[in-house]
Amino acid sequence: MTPIVHQFHSPTTLQTAPFEEFLTIAVAGNPNAGKTSLFNALTGLRQKVANYPGVTVERKEGLWLLSSNNPPARVIDLPGLYSLEATSLDEQIARAVLLGNDPDTSPPDVIVVVVDATSLVRNLYLATQLMETGCPLVIALTMFDLAERGRLQINVEKLSSVLGVPVIPVVARQRRGIGSLAEAVLKTAAAKSDRKRIALPTLKHWQTYALSAQGEILRSKTDPHEATMHGSESERRITNPSDWQAQLIERYGWIEKVVSEAVDSEAERRHQATERIDAIVTHKIVGPIILLLVMVLVFQTIFSWANLPMNMIDSLFTAVANLVRANFPAGVLTDLIVSGIIPGVGGVLIFLPQILLLFFFITTLEDSGYLARAAFLMDRLMRGVGLHGKAFVPLLSSFACAVPGIMATRTIENPKDRVATIMIAPFMSCSARLPVYTLMIAGFFSSRKVLGFISLGASIILAMYLLGIAVAVVVAWLLKHTLLKGPSPPFVMELPPYRMPNLGDVAHSMLTRVGVFLKRAGTLILAISILLWALVAFPRSTSPGAAANAGTIQETVSNTSATQVENSYAGQAGRMIEPLIRPLGFDWKIGIGLISSFAARETVISTLGIVYNVGANSREEGSTSLIEAIRSAKRPDGSLVWTPLVAVSLMVFFVLACQCMSTVAVVRRETNSWRWPLFMVCYMLILAYVSSFITFQGGRILGLS
Amino acid sequence: MTLDTTPYGALARVVSVAGKGAVALRLMQMGVLPGVPISVVKSAPLGDPIQVRVRGYDLALRRIEAQTITVAIDSD
Repeated sequence: MTPIVHQFHSPTTLQTAPFEEFLTIAVAGNPNAGKTSLFNALTGLRQKVANYPGVTVERKEGLWLLSSNNPPARVIDLPGLYSLEATSLDEQIARAVLLGNDPDTSPPDVIVVVVDATSLVRNLYLATQLMETGCPLVIALTMFDLAERGRLQINVEKLSSVLGVPVIPVVARQRRGIGSLAEAVLKTAAAKSDRKRIALPTLKHWQTYALSAQGEILRSKTDPHEATMHGSESERRITNPSDWQAQLIERYGWIEKVVSEAVDSEAERRHQATERIDAIVTHKIVGPIILLLVMVLVFQTIFSWANLPMNMIDSLFTAVANLVRANFPAGVLTDLIVSGIIPGVGGVLIFLPQILLLFFFITTLEDSGYLARAAFLMDRLMRGVGLHGKAFVPLLSSFACAVPGIMATRTIENPKDRVATIMIAPFMSCSARLPVYTLMIAGFFSSRKVLGFISLGASIILAMYLLGIAVAVVVAWLLKHTLLKGPSPPFVMELPPYRMPNLGDVAHSMLTRVGVFLKRAGTLILAISILLWALVAFPRSTSPGAAANAGTIQETVSNTSATQVENSYAGQAGRMIEPLIRPLGFDWKIGIGLISSFAARETVISTLGIVYNVGANSREEGSTSLIEAIRSAKRPDGSLVWTPLVAVSLMVFFVLACQCMSTVAVVRRETNSWRWPLFMVCYMLILAYVSSFITFQGGRILGLS
Repeated sequence: MTLDTTPYGALARVVSVAGKGAVALRLMQMGVLPGVPISVVKSAPLGDPIQVRVRGYDLALRRIEAQTITVAIDSD
C-alpha cells in the first residue's frame, strides 16, 4: 500500500511582490463540491449578496485577506456548474464570468476550481475545460478528509504535475489548507505575465467549441432571461450531437488516464454510510413517513414556535408606540411615528423569526443531502402540475407564511420552475388568513355540525385550504403551458452523499437571507406601510375621536377613530368601490377592510373593529363585541349586511387575493423585476373577484343566504 | 435494453446515450458515457424517478430520461 504522498503543508513566507490592485478571484465548481463552504472559509463575514442585472441569479461576492502585505482579493462565488457548455441560466452566468464576458465583472485574475476529491473524474471535467481557457487557475481539492477515510489515495503532487496547475487539498470547515491555497493563488496571479494556454495533449482546440457553442449570447444579443425563456441558441446547438459527443468522450478518456495515474486505490469508492441511510430514507414506505415527520417538524416550527419571538417583537413595538404616544404632543407627526413608522418597522422585523427558522432547516436539509432525497420522493407528485420535486418544501412552508416560502424557492435551479412556484405560493393558506377564517366561523358557523359530529367551522376552514391548493394546481398547470412554457429542464439531479451540515455554513446562510430580506424587501414594506397609514390618516377629520391605545403591529389603523377612517382616503375609496364589490355581497365598510388588508390580511380585523366602532381593547380576533357588531350590522334598507353567504364569499376572496405587501416585496426581490409581482397581484385579484362573485351570486341562485 | 427497464441492482454498461437535447448533454457531462458501468439502485415510492449509480456517485433520473440510455447487462 502506497502511503499518502501529499499532506497539508503549512504556509511558507510569500516571496511574491504585493499586488497594487484588488485581485479578482472566481470560485467555480460542480454543485455539491463544497464550494460554498470554501467561500465562507475564505471570506468569513465579509460577504455581500446582490443580483446579476436583470435576472434572478444571485451574485455572491466577498473579500479574502490573502496575506498581510496584499490588499484583500475580491472573491466571486459562482453558481455550481458541471461544464462550460452551459444549459441553464445559472451556468450561463457562471460561464460568462469565468470567460471574462460578464460586463459587470472584471475578468478573473485567478480561478479557484473546487474539485471534490471523492468524485475526481467528474469534477475534473470542468477543471480541464477551464485550463484550456488560458485563465490562471488553482485547483482546491475539497472533501480530502472524506477521500482519505474512504481509502482513496490521491497523489496530489503527481496530479498537479500531470495537469500542470497547482492542486491544494483543503478541508474548509477546519480551515485546513486555506493558507496554502492563498499562497498558490498569489503565485499563480504573479505568474500571470507568462500565462499560456494549456493544451491538453490529446485534445485539439476543443475550447473553440466551448466558446462558440452558445455564441456569446449573454447580454450581447438578448437579455439572458429571454434567452432561456425562448429557447436559446444553445438549445439549437446541442441538438446536433456530432458536434460535441466525440470531444466529450475523448476528454473523459484523458481525465480517466490522469486519475488512474494519480490515484492509487480504486478501492471501495461508494459511500457506505450514505447507502445505509438511503436504504431507510428513500425506502418505499418508511421514506415518505420520514419526509412527513420532517415536514411536520419544519411546519410546526415556523407555524407555531416562531410565535413566541414574533409576539415578543410585537409587544416590544407596541410598548414603544405607547411610550411615544404618551410622551409626545398629539399631532400628525406623532401619529406618523406611532401609527406609521413604528408598526411599519415592526411589521418588517416580525418576519425575521420565521425566515431564520426556515432557513435554518432549509440549509441544514440541503447541506446534509436530505433535500435532494425529498425532491426525489416528491418529484412524481409535483411533476403532475409541471413542477420540480424541489418545489415541495417552499410550497409547504408557504402554509405558514409565503414570505420565507418564496425565499426558499431558490433551491430550484430552473428559472421557469422557480417563477411558477413563486406564483402559486401565495395560494397556500398562510397563518395570516387564519384570524379572518376564525372570525367568520365564530360569527356565522360556530354552533353547527356536519354529519352530526364534525364541526361545520372546521370543515369550512379545511375547504378553504383545499380551495387554495386546487387553484394553485390549476394555475401552475396553466402557467407552465402558457407564460412559462418551454421544454422542461432535465430532472437529472445528483443525490450527494450525506454529510454532517456545518453549523457555520448554516449560520451564514441564515444571516445572508435576513440581510437580503431587510435590505431589499424590508425597505419596500416599510414604505408601503407608511403609505397605507397616510391613506387612513388623511385628510384629517375635524373631530378627531379620543385616541385609542396604540394597537399591535400591522394594525396601522387601530389608533384612529371611526369618523377618521370613514372620511379618510381609504374610507372614500371604500365607498367608491362599493358598486364594484356589491355583487360579492360586500358593503363599503367591508370595502375599507379589504383596502386596508392589502397591507396584511389580518389588518382587516382591526379595521372592521374601527369602522364598527368596537372598543380598541376588544378588537382581538373572535372577540364577542366585534362578532356582535358584525352580526347586527344593517344596510340602509334595514337588511343584514353579513350573512353566512357573505362570510363564505369573503373567505374565498381572502384565499385567492394577494393581500400582502410583504409577499409582493419579496417576489420583487426574488425575481428581480416588477413584472412578476405586478402580474401576481393582478391575476390573483381577478381570480379572487370572479370566485367571490360566483360564490355569492351562485349561492343566491341556490337560495342560500 | 434501456436503463428504465434494467432490473434493480444489475450491473450494466452504457452502450449509448441517445444524443438529442439538453438531457443527453447533461448526462454525458456528468460522465454517463459509452462503456461506463452503471446500475439502477431503486425507484422512488411512486415508481418514478429512479436512482442510478455511476462513477461512484448517485443520480436521480426520471424514467423518460432513463429511456434515452441504452445499456447492456454485464454477463459476468
